[in-house]
Amino acid sequence: MMSWIAFTVIAGVILTAALQVVQSEDLVRTVFWLALTLIGTASLFVHLDAEFLAAVQVLLYTGGVITLMLFGIMLTRRGAGVRIEHGSKDKPKALACGIALFGAIVYSIYSDKQTANAQISDMAGTEELGQLVLGDLVLPFELLSLLLLAAMVGAIALARKVDP
Amino acid sequence: MSEIMSQPPGLTAYLLLAAMLFCIGLYGVISRKNSIAILLSIELMANAVNINLAAFARFSGNLLSQGFALFSIALTVAEVVIGLAIVILLYRSHKSIDAEAPTALRG
Repeated sequence: MMSWIAFTVIAGVILTAALQVVQSEDLVRTVFWLALTLIGTASLFVHLDAEFLAAVQVLLYTGGVITLMLFGIMLTRRGAGVRIEHGSKDKPKALACGIALFGAIVYSIYSDKQTANAQISDMAGTEELGQLVLGDLVLPFELLSLLLLAAMVGAIALARKVDP
Repeated sequence: MSEIMSQPPGLTAYLLLAAMLFCIGLYGVISRKNSIAILLSIELMANAVNINLAAFARFSGNLLSQGFALFSIALTVAEVVIGLAIVILLYRSHKSIDAEAPTALRG
């Protein structure tokens, strides 16, 4: 019962904030609504016994991405306040796409017997996750650091001002 | 209803939440015109995927799924960095971050 209450509250926060992210007309507010969504997701991770994921989520997303987004807005806005509008002709199309995809996903969730019968199983903690990432997954992990380096260098190379 | 409520939320509940979040993100990606707002909506979609991965880890007891979620978070951050660099380039060349501003490649 407690578990359901926690899940419902977190899901409510996530969905409300997500709807504001796609609806709100002020770009800076949109970013803060996204931050609320990400924090809600982090608490859902705690709810799912994934504490390390929650910590990474708060550090990388809420710390890193939100700051980056605010920088991006500050660098590209003119004057105070950024109004954003929807392409009005795209709105019904987007709604149709969203509802159609949701229907397809719901259909596939309910047509799978394994999903309905899945039981909560014992969960290893952060220690085992560390062993896994630096054991079996060590090659992808190192490749990931290479990718992050490439992304960083690429972003600097793209965004720096080139002297004529 | 009380039978469902008497036990903790099942995998289906988490998958439905993630599906809703993903579809809200898709709606945002299609309907927004501002390119930073589009990037934010893509973040929503990536988050839905991470919720799915964490839920699968919880219900299968397999940590590999959490490892996947970790990699997915880091990849999304790399994507945001490149995306914002492109937005700044777009602003510099078009004085606007409207996703419909660049039309040079339109056939």
